[in-house]
Amino acid sequence: MSLEFLVASGIGVLVAGGIYLALRGRTFQVVLGLTLFSYAVNLFLFASGRLVVDRPPIWSKAVNEYTDPLPQALVLTAIVITFGMTALAVILMLRSFLETGSDQVDGDSTEEHEDERS
Amino acid sequence: MPISLTLFSLAALPFAAALLIAACADRGKALHAMVAAGASALGLALLLSVAGEVLAGVNVAVSAAWVPAIGLDFSLMIDPLGLMFAGLILGIGLLIMIFAHFYLAKGEATGRFFASLMLFQGSMLGIVLSGNILLLLVFWELTSLSSFLLIGFWRDKAEARQGARMALAITGGGGLVLIAGMLMLGIVAGSFDLMTILASAEVVQASPLYPVILVLILIGCFTKSAQFPFHFWLPHAMAAPTPVSAYLHSATMVKAGVFLLARLWPVLAGTDLYTILVAGTGMVTMLLGAWVALFRHDLKAILAYSTISQLGLLVMLLGFSLEAAAIAAVLHILNHAAFKAALFMTAGIVDHETGTRDIRHLGGLAKVMPITAIIGTLAALAMAGIPPLGGFISKEMMLYESLNVSLFGLPWLVPVVATVAATLSVGYSLRFAAHLFFGRPRDPVPHGKAHDPGAGMWAAPAVLVVIAVLLGLMPMLLAGTLVSAVAGAVIGGPAPELGLSLWHGVNLALGMSALAILVGALLLWRHARVLRWSESMRHADAKALFERAMAVTDEAVRKLVVAVHRPSLQRMVFAVLVVVVALVVEGASTAGGGGFTGPRELLPASPVAILAWLLLVAATIAVVSEERQRFRVLVYISVIGLIIALAFVHFSAPDLALTQISVEVVTILLLLLALNLLPKQPKLLSSPSRRLRDGALATVGGLVFGGAAWAMLTRNPNDPISAFHLANSYSGGGGTNVVNVTLVDFRAFDTLGEIIVLGIAGLVIYALLDTTSRGAAGARLRTWQEDMPHSPESHPVMFVMSTRILLPMVLVAGIFIFLRGHNEPGGGFIAGLVVAIAFLLQYLASGFDWTDARRKVGEHVLIGFGVLVAVLTGLGSLAFGANFLSTAFDHFTLPLVGEFELATALLFDLGVFSVVLGAVMLALAQLSHIAQRAARAHAAHEAEMRAEMRRETGAELRPLLPAERPEEPSR
Repeated sequence: MSLEFLVASGIGVLVAGGIYLALRGRTFQVVLGLTLFSYAVNLFLFASGRLVVDRPPIWSKAVNEYTDPLPQALVLTAIVITFGMTALAVILMLRSFLETGSDQVDGDSTEEHEDERS
Repeated sequence: MPISLTLFSLAALPFAAALLIAACADRGKALHAMVAAGASALGLALLLSVAGEVLAGVNVAVSAAWVPAIGLDFSLMIDPLGLMFAGLILGIGLLIMIFAHFYLAKGEATGRFFASLMLFQGSMLGIVLSGNILLLLVFWELTSLSSFLLIGFWRDKAEARQGARMALAITGGGGLVLIAGMLMLGIVAGSFDLMTILASAEVVQASPLYPVILVLILIGCFTKSAQFPFHFWLPHAMAAPTPVSAYLHSATMVKAGVFLLARLWPVLAGTDLYTILVAGTGMVTMLLGAWVALFRHDLKAILAYSTISQLGLLVMLLGFSLEAAAIAAVLHILNHAAFKAALFMTAGIVDHETGTRDIRHLGGLAKVMPITAIIGTLAALAMAGIPPLGGFISKEMMLYESLNVSLFGLPWLVPVVATVAATLSVGYSLRFAAHLFFGRPRDPVPHGKAHDPGAGMWAAPAVLVVIAVLLGLMPMLLAGTLVSAVAGAVIGGPAPELGLSLWHGVNLALGMSALAILVGALLLWRHARVLRWSESMRHADAKALFERAMAVTDEAVRKLVVAVHRPSLQRMVFAVLVVVVALVVEGASTAGGGGFTGPRELLPASPVAILAWLLLVAATIAVVSEERQRFRVLVYISVIGLIIALAFVHFSAPDLALTQISVEVVTILLLLLALNLLPKQPKLLSSPSRRLRDGALATVGGLVFGGAAWAMLTRNPNDPISAFHLANSYSGGGGTNVVNVTLVDFRAFDTLGEIIVLGIAGLVIYALLDTTSRGAAGARLRTWQEDMPHSPESHPVMFVMSTRILLPMVLVAGIFIFLRGHNEPGGGFIAGLVVAIAFLLQYLASGFDWTDARRKVGEHVLIGFGVLVAVLTGLGSLAFGANFLSTAFDHFTLPLVGEFELATALLFDLGVFSVVLGAVMLALAQLSHIAQRAARAHAAHEAEMRAEMRRETGAELRPLLPAERPEEPSR
């Protein structure tokens, strides 16, 4: 079994889990789905530099071979932004729960649909 | 002053004045009026300084590229047509500003009023001075918006709001149609430059798109100029203050449509279609407006319908596509502007002095307000076209030209309609004057208190009436050159010879005119009977029709939105994911480049790697299946995060591993804190079939993305730009950690954007949480009960002590990670996260209050400071002539420490550090105590209430029960 297979299948598993959870009916699961999906996306971006073992992109006169540093730089900021996004989603979910008393996102209950015409 | 500068200042002046007035909106109205009138007068002076050259035929134009990619230039030009309109806008504007100063009461929002008025003046000037039709459209929309503000000036009146909304819907909607027409016109003509378009009549009229262009542009013009069937907004716009009506709805805005017709005359006019559409619409409007005006009782409504009728006349004249008719139209524009603005101001004076505008309650005012009566009567006679006033000449010319036009093959149609309309206009004009100023007072109350206003108020209409009279007595001297030059500009040829005079000899037109005056006088004499007859007929109420149309549209849109946009996140996410998956599948099936598996040599997996993979898969399955055990799920999630961090370590990405681990910690903390307030073990929602469907989509998605990753990983990379980063990291960026150098140097602009986004996210979180203690959320929080078993000791000593000892060590580690970031794994992002975790531990161990009291620097300050430092570092490089965010570095030696390196990138990284720290702390620290804070706010509120009640009743009261206990969150 190759490392490439492990990473690719890992991405697939995370995406599948993320999609499934993002389609559930409660905010907390949607956020978890988002988190899984973010893991997968970050991993995928990172993998676009291909898998290289023991060649960190720390420049030195003695070393000639490095892994690709660019996807790493992009993914590093992506990880931090993911946190920002997750935090915002969590707070939104919390606020909407506190405002409405419900943590559902299916929104099919149209009773509260307000008629604004006066 | 160079002429280009004059033009630019002319266009900019009203906007500058509007800003100035808005800036000192709380000062007195005298200042506002002075600025507005001063700017108008200055503009008029600027205009007059170029008038000589313009009339002599010099084409004055300036241009500056604005958005060259779409052909939008900021180009201004002034020709005789523009000159005349600009003169009207500024001249009448000046008089209106003076009139408005005396008309408006002291307490009114004069700052807003005059600022909007100047905004309107600037937009209007922009229309008539634009040399690019896209620019013209911009100003066109601005007039709709500013007139919306002006019509709705008295916000507390329902009719003002409705009138403003209707005007915006009609003129704004027409503006949208006009945009379409103008764009097509520009595309057909090959340029958006006005001069080029005017010269390409043949191309445009030969184009198959010509009818479409014509109809679209005409709709724009007709809505603006209140032509049938769009005329009904104008009477409702009379809810505006009278100076606004006098300015916008007589002299300027409603003439914008007429102006555009005249402006585009060379390129659009001359075809049969044009004549039928334009002259036909004008005729219908002229007749309809005059007829309705005869039976209105509100002074301003009479004037509004007469304006509709007169605009119809102008449109009809332009529609004739005849040179002489264009001359008549130009002269009538001048006449109408003079007498109609004077009439509106007269109506305003009467309203101001008597308190009513209903003509049925007025009469005989000539005795008590003679000056107003003279002004109003003269203006009305000019409108009726009675010699020797200005209106007579243009009406004679109109009647004369009507004989030369045959519409629908009926040579008698136009002259008959013109004569009937002229008759009606004599009728309503004479009625206005006679019923208002002469006869016996019909109602003693308004009559009793009426008197002439101060000179400030009647001066403006008086000036206009003098002009209206002189236009009749000495037309050639006063307007001969101007009218001839403008007519030349309209028809796009040399200025025609013309002889304007009152007496044209005995001809058919004179006969028609005499007939009109005779029958018109008869109409006045028998007005009561005609009125009864008219009132016995059924009338269509345009406003009701409009409202009904709006309601129907509203309902249809509502239904459509509800149909396609159900408020269900699940539905939308499902749709998005299906599309994404389908796109990937589609892309993969059409992409070339060999089979599924590429040629790259694969790396063998060690048993440890396989074990880690198994853990990842197991944890993911657990997260998905254990959806009711929310705390346990968090543990699984952190397992996944840790394995990904390990993967980063293994695949030569130490920076990513450090970041992932620290982000993992704060994310889990965040979710824990949020979960504290959320239901822990909710009921299941989805039906099994729903689960099956989602599971199928998830499986397909997983296969697709995993497959894509596999296809990518088994291929060798194309030569990426990464080699540049590796080669220049040390020599150019001064650091050996290429990832960090990329972040703070090569791609620092990206990073700057990222930290700004992160800062914004932090602030939004703060905003969302800070207001949680109010309203329904606050009420729910106050009644919230801890539903978790608590440790008897809220702050265990061991935990408190160990975290306090740990704090300085973690801080040192943070500084170390930060400083070495440029050369070794680390840097601002990671250091920010590590330090944030150190502080968060204090909040956890010692409680929010203890920790928060010892906090010296606020999170907002950190975010602001970080962004500022990063931006300033970037700007600093500009001072050295380098590009934004370039870095510099050098090596220094200190005794003991030895050689070390300082780079400006370190400062930038400090900004990154600060923003990350601030944003993380803001999110978590705020979240950690919203429940306590809400309880505290509630307690404070209750204490206050109790103290108040004690004051009121003087008795001790038992503790208050919570006023309302909202439903316990059941799920």
